[in-house]
Amino acid sequence: MATSFNLHRFANPGRFLRLSGALLPWLTAGAAILFAAGLYFALVASPPDYQQGDTVRIMYIHVPSAWMAMMGYGLLGASGASALIWRHPLADVAAEATAPVGAAFTFVALVTGSLWGKPTWGTYWVWDARLTSFLVLFFLYVGHIALTHAFDDRQRGRRSAAIIAIVGLINLPIIKYSVDWWNTLHQSESILRMGGPSIDATMLRPLFIMGLAFLLYFLAVVMTRMKAMLLEARHRSAAFAR
Amino acid sequence: MSIVSTSFFEMGGDAAFVWPAYGVAVLMLVGFALLSWRRLRAAERALERVAESDPAMSDDA
Repeated sequence: MATSFNLHRFANPGRFLRLSGALLPWLTAGAAILFAAGLYFALVASPPDYQQGDTVRIMYIHVPSAWMAMMGYGLLGASGASALIWRHPLADVAAEATAPVGAAFTFVALVTGSLWGKPTWGTYWVWDARLTSFLVLFFLYVGHIALTHAFDDRQRGRRSAAIIAIVGLINLPIIKYSVDWWNTLHQSESILRMGGPSIDATMLRPLFIMGLAFLLYFLAVVMTRMKAMLLEARHRSAAFAR
Repeated sequence: MSIVSTSFFEMGGDAAFVWPAYGVAVLMLVGFALLSWRRLRAAERALERVAESDPAMSDDA
């Protein structure tokens, strides 16, 4: 039981509160600086695409949003597993804090993708494998949020949500490889591919700066929400004790 | 300068797609950050009030 003891020591809410207190200012400042730089490169200091013109600038928010949407779901699945298998005391809090943020990023990825699709493909929406599996991701997030709050017994809601989070993990590789497995209107992988990215450096720069900005933002917001939830729980138990 | 800024906002004729996309993203990012921060502040204030009325609660552990 030594491992589980160490895990729980590490997962101590008090320790998390101190850690998040130390990290949050850095994450927030880092995100703000990277957003400023990223927006400059995305909107001003990068060229229009030779085929798509300026609509290519939608990529700098669409792709990082999609990255965060998928990373967030990976986190949700991992939290679900930690909650069900190891009874990690912070896992349920992490899942509940992550789900709405992930859902919001999924929504942004869908909307910006739609706004990018109209001028480049000629349609706002098509039921191809990538778009459909991404819409499924959104519904998985919504289902997770709904289940978390569906029962009077909070623990039961969290358990059901953890199960949907784990089952839904199967959708992540489907999203990732949908563009290879099926004929999709959505373009195939152009960043993480054999032989290196197929995008020019002038466009990769804003994409990666924005990606990093989104990542720091994501971590900062999830941490803030977790911190708030832990303090709310502390307040509830204090009120109960009196 | 006016020519440059005009074409910047026109986005090569695709302003109707580029700006709403950025608008949705900024709205979500700012909105979520604000909501989360306000929730944290509210939780901190609520705990402070408890700590004021009961000195034993002020211990961080």
